[in-house]
Amino acid sequence: MTPARSLTLAALLATGLAASIAPAHAGDAADRQAILDGLAAEARAADPAFAGFAADRGETLFRTQWAGGDDRTPACTACHTENPRAMGRNAKTGRPIEPVAVSAKPDRFTDPDEVAKQFRRDCEAVLGRHCTAQEKGDYITFMMGQ
Amino acid sequence: MMTPMIRATAASLLLAGSMAVAAPALAEDDWIPPVTDALTQTECGDCHMAFQPGFLPARSWDAMMDGLADHFGDDATLSPADTAHIRAYLTANAGDVRGSELARDYMRWVRPDGVPLRITENPAFLREHDFRPEVWDRPEVVTPSNCLACHRDAERGSYEDD
Repeated sequence: MTPARSLTLAALLATGLAASIAPAHAGDAADRQAILDGLAAEARAADPAFAGFAADRGETLFRTQWAGGDDRTPACTACHTENPRAMGRNAKTGRPIEPVAVSAKPDRFTDPDEVAKQFRRDCEAVLGRHCTAQEKGDYITFMMGQ
Repeated sequence: MMTPMIRATAASLLLAGSMAVAAPALAEDDWIPPVTDALTQTECGDCHMAFQPGFLPARSWDAMMDGLADHFGDDATLSPADTAHIRAYLTANAGDVRGSELARDYMRWVRPDGVPLRITENPAFLREHDFRPEVWDRPEVVTPSNCLACHRDAERGSYEDD
């Protein structure tokens, strides 16, 4: 219970902090940070040498042609395009996809259930396996700078 | 530059198709009750348009919700509570339960013991979508189940020939 409680506390504190800076998306930034904190704890548990998330690794994950899952989605870019700030399109269904970059869609990576669901589905479809906590955190970190 | 031309061709094909049908096309022929349940709209509409339950019989929706782990090749599993909620909505509003005119048009092609999963394989669908390959090849179409590529009001249940 303790890690969850301290996470909530951190999120509350972060909410307060962010509110004084950017009232419009105060909750979004805090919610996103809470998700990153959870992934960091998970990554540390998996690898004691975990040294934080990195945007450049996230970008490599985003642009690599994995071709490990569905033929129609060899890479993240198959749906999200090479530009994370652009609208994408689901390569299987044709449905438009909102930009994945946080600058273009500020509520990206703010709902833990949604984030977990999307990584579960998309990592399977692109890499043919689950993503590690390190990979998820790197990806989110990259998108936060986009 | 090709797009308006192709679109015009598609429109005339659609027009020709509907004119060939003996009965005059009434608006309600092209309308099906839209999805009104918020969770169904959100979850089924996550990766594709949330298709109206009237296009399939209740037993098909049951099979669909039983098979979310391999949903046309994708893992679309949901929590047990969400799955049960969406199943209840879809089956209660299925084409063989609450029939609109368009739903009845689809249901009459379904065998009494048939459990179709693909709306796009129904002869009622195929009859209206007999296009040349270049129409299907339009980049925004991707797949025949992408209703919104051509029917801009599809989510409101309107499938008039756009």
